[in-house]
Amino acid sequence: MKDPFINRKYIIMTLMVLVCLFLIIRLFVLQIVKDTYRLSADNNVLRYVTQYPARGLIYDRKGKLIVSNMAAYDIMVIPSQTSRIDTAGFCSLLGITNDMFKRQMRAAINYSRRAPSVFLKQISDQTYAGFQEKMFMYPGFYVQPRTLRKYSKPVAAHILGYVSEVDESIIKKNPYYKSGDYIGKSGIEEAYESELRGQKGVRIFMVDVFSRIKGAYADGEMDTVAVQGSDIISSIDLDLQEYGELLMRNKRGSIVAIEPETGEVLSLVSAPGYDPGLLVGRVRSENFAKLQLDTAIMPLFNRALMASYPPGSTFKPINGLIGLQEGVITEDTQFGCDYGYLFVGCHGHGSPLDLAGAVANSCNSYFCQTYRRVLENRKYGSVSEAYNRWKEYLNEFGFGSKLGTDFVNELAGFVPSTAYYDKYHGRNKWKALTVISMAIGQGEIGTTPLQMANMTAAIANRGFFYTPHIVKGVGKENSLDPKFSERHLINIDSANFNKIILGMEGAVNGAPGGTAGIARIRDIIVCGKTGTAQNPHGKDHSVFIAFAPKDDPKIAIAVYVENAGFGSTYAAPVASLMIEKYLRDSVSNKAMEQRILNLNLEDTITESETQY
Amino acid sequence: MKRSINIWVSLDKITILLYLLLVIMGWLNIYAAVYNEEHPGILDLSQRYGKQFIWILAAIFTGIFAILIDSRFYFFFSWFIYGFLMFLLVLVLVFGTEINGARSWFEFSWFSLQPSEFAKFGTAIALAGFLNSRRLDLTRLGMLTQASAIILVPAFLTALQPDMGSTVVFFALFLVLFREGMSPYVFVSGLLALILFFLTLLINNLYLKLGLIVLAILLVWFATRRWKLVLMGTGIFIVIAAVLYVIDYYLFKRLGIELVILFALLVSGIFFAWYIYTKKAMAVLVIYLFLVGSIVFVNSVDVTFNKILPDHQRDRINILLGIKSDPRGTGYNVNQSIISIGSGGLTGKGYLQGTQTKFKFVPKQSSDFIFCTIGEEWGFLGSLAVIGTFLLLFFRIIFMAERQRSVFSRVYGYGVVSILFLHVFINIGMAIGIVPVIGIPLPFFSYGGSSLWGFTILLFVFLRLDASRNEYLV
Ligand SMILES: [Zn+2]
Repeated sequence: MKDPFINRKYIIMTLMVLVCLFLIIRLFVLQIVKDTYRLSADNNVLRYVTQYPARGLIYDRKGKLIVSNMAAYDIMVIPSQTSRIDTAGFCSLLGITNDMFKRQMRAAINYSRRAPSVFLKQISDQTYAGFQEKMFMYPGFYVQPRTLRKYSKPVAAHILGYVSEVDESIIKKNPYYKSGDYIGKSGIEEAYESELRGQKGVRIFMVDVFSRIKGAYADGEMDTVAVQGSDIISSIDLDLQEYGELLMRNKRGSIVAIEPETGEVLSLVSAPGYDPGLLVGRVRSENFAKLQLDTAIMPLFNRALMASYPPGSTFKPINGLIGLQEGVITEDTQFGCDYGYLFVGCHGHGSPLDLAGAVANSCNSYFCQTYRRVLENRKYGSVSEAYNRWKEYLNEFGFGSKLGTDFVNELAGFVPSTAYYDKYHGRNKWKALTVISMAIGQGEIGTTPLQMANMTAAIANRGFFYTPHIVKGVGKENSLDPKFSERHLINIDSANFNKIILGMEGAVNGAPGGTAGIARIRDIIVCGKTGTAQNPHGKDHSVFIAFAPKDDPKIAIAVYVENAGFGSTYAAPVASLMIEKYLRDSVSNKAMEQRILNLNLEDTITESETQY
Repeated sequence: MKRSINIWVSLDKITILLYLLLVIMGWLNIYAAVYNEEHPGILDLSQRYGKQFIWILAAIFTGIFAILIDSRFYFFFSWFIYGFLMFLLVLVLVFGTEINGARSWFEFSWFSLQPSEFAKFGTAIALAGFLNSRRLDLTRLGMLTQASAIILVPAFLTALQPDMGSTVVFFALFLVLFREGMSPYVFVSGLLALILFFLTLLINNLYLKLGLIVLAILLVWFATRRWKLVLMGTGIFIVIAAVLYVIDYYLFKRLGIELVILFALLVSGIFFAWYIYTKKAMAVLVIYLFLVGSIVFVNSVDVTFNKILPDHQRDRINILLGIKSDPRGTGYNVNQSIISIGSGGLTGKGYLQGTQTKFKFVPKQSSDFIFCTIGEEWGFLGSLAVIGTFLLLFFRIIFMAERQRSVFSRVYGYGVVSILFLHVFINIGMAIGIVPVIGIPLPFFSYGGSSLWGFTILLFVFLRLDASRNEYLV
């Protein structure tokens, strides 16, 4: 029997060949033409785990550890790798609510589906241990170890600054930072962020679909090692810092102490302060908000750098120096004083006085007349011109502009320009008498405690200073920005400085009518000048500047005690205690120390008085 | 008349070689797919590769057993085998264990069995028996209907499980009917039905039906070239449809526009029938029947798809058609599968080196998605080799089928190759995203006792028939 359909076998075979060809073409496209799948496969199975380097440690000038690190664990999530999980079990494991779970997931998804984000910050050690065991049940979640800051003493918060999580704007500006990273804010942490943070590394792991790590990718050849942050040796003396903060307890104000021969800041106190430990870990944001909202005492505000006061009588040595340098007075020039000069009053003291006596007695009349001579100097065509010359001297001392320290937020202060007066009084319509209050550091002029301490250091050095800085050296090389070893010279002869210093010595060490005898220390010649910074909002601020010892200055200091009246009352004893503490490591005048420690000015200050 | 020959000598060596090649390749790929570092031994019985070894041994014994049975047994008992397996398919609907929403498995204490894998063999043998037993003429409607019924019964029973994969595979046997003389128009209609099926899912059904009606009107105009007639016919339909619509709208409010169209078409058919009868216009009759048929088809697809089909299978079809996208849901398997295969490149990542495979990104990789392992670890060349080996096997079976002296053996041979062919096409097509995921194994490759035994019996019975082709003249 002939099979009439025998040829249909060819149709069937052709069909099979065509279908197989179809499969092969599709495979060719998938496997050879497109290479996106290889990338997808890599992303599928590789997990890039960031290796966070330990942040650099911070030591004090004597090698005492101030800031170190402690371990913490963040739970991270990669939303695209998560799957339906037992949410209830997950939440109870981590001790969070279901709402919190949803909120955190939403936030993570909003940030990125593929990139990891922090799901839960800084879990406790027990939670970490429990989670580690059951992590395999929750694909897409893993633990990221991090380091948190740890402070050996609850001091120096303003100097050190703090570390906090980066926000959106930082991530956008600087691609180094990823969600959940930490960055230094204010103080040393911010100024030396790039040195302290080190360099993140990355380890590449292969993971399966359940996010279980299956080993290192390419035997770790593609991994980059995290480089630990550089350690920093700060110039502060931790003991002195602690002592300063103790003295300033229950008071407002600041202390800035500088080593004149280097410009290194030995201590920088801003009271009231806060415990830096408050701004670490999970409690950080809550505590930060609390500190920020405390407008009554503003603990986050760094008065030493940010508060601008009229310098008051502590400014008199500068005007004396300028007068000497300009040749309008000599050390022997005498001016009489009858409780004041024109409308500027003075207190009772011997009269007439020479320059040293005037400094020691803080005679307003003397410096008003000196200042008038400076401004009415025939050398210059006009008061304006003379004023500009005077202002130049001030600028040389670092007033009216930022000093360029390694603090991230310092205030420039204010020295009025001639334009400023022209605007108020009209061009050439103002005279020396118009601005005479500048003679005694009152009026429009504004300086910060740091600037005053720097001025004191310049006087102690007899005519130069180094830009104040808080860091002595970075890393193993102990390197430092060369700008900090640059000497800033002041165009005033050192001989003139000695003449002024004589007066400052007398103020403390028994000159007749000396205003700062209270600051005297046995066997150490302290040179100082009291001041009273006018406070339009309440009781005046007590100010004192000093350096010691006279002939080989080791410390220059400026002390501000707000709403405490005359400089001699509180600022001078504080400065004296600080100087002795630094030079001798102990204080001899226990009674005075006790008086300062017991002093509580907080109760007497009302909110309205806090104005800057 | 019986001639005595040595069965073992007459067995087709090439087929056996190809069979062993595929089984061993499958086993090695299962080893790669489920490789467990803690159990590196390929014979470790706690792992799937160890178990597959047992299944392979068992399959080979089953194959030997299938060869030892006298070829006449298969012929004389073909109906019994078919009946028994159909009975099992009914039984599994009642006593089967539900896995992934389908009752396809009998679960016993130490192993489970999927009767549909054996039903493919039973249906092929019954079809062979049926076509051999009488004067073969598939152009006769009666015989074609009966032959189709043999195929459709198991297709229907597996659809009830529901196991769409097996259902589709039974349709492969229509290829056998084609070889034995079925009109190619059945295929063309089938193809048209398939197109209509996808259109139904993709396009608003009302527009589709109106489009079909417009198409029919144009075709009638082409066939008759009488625009007055066309206009009249269209007018009759529109009037009837309008009347029906108004009646329904005010009285019943339950037909809806879709059924109104169908009924209007049927009622106006009376007028058309008169025209067709008086003018003997066969072309118009054909067009009319096609129109009614396709509208009924669209309605039934709509109902089947939206009301009868289980959700997960509807999703799969939707995803394949691009109606729905869900990278982590139903489409996840396919996405990961395509990534695996695509990342293999020309030569693959090397045996046991596939990262997608190793880290279990593709679910069911040792069974339905075994081809991922081939694609990822052996690359394009490996895929080519596997497809090539299958194609060689297909051609060899066709060659063997054509040398049979009995219709029974030839039809059975074509049954075997058709089933294997559709399995390979759908399984690989699934893995590379051109066929919906309906979950059928790659013959001889995929993990699992039932499918391996099923395919082994299917092939080895044919080997026995081929070996004894000169023995009897059945
Ligand atoms: Zn006086």
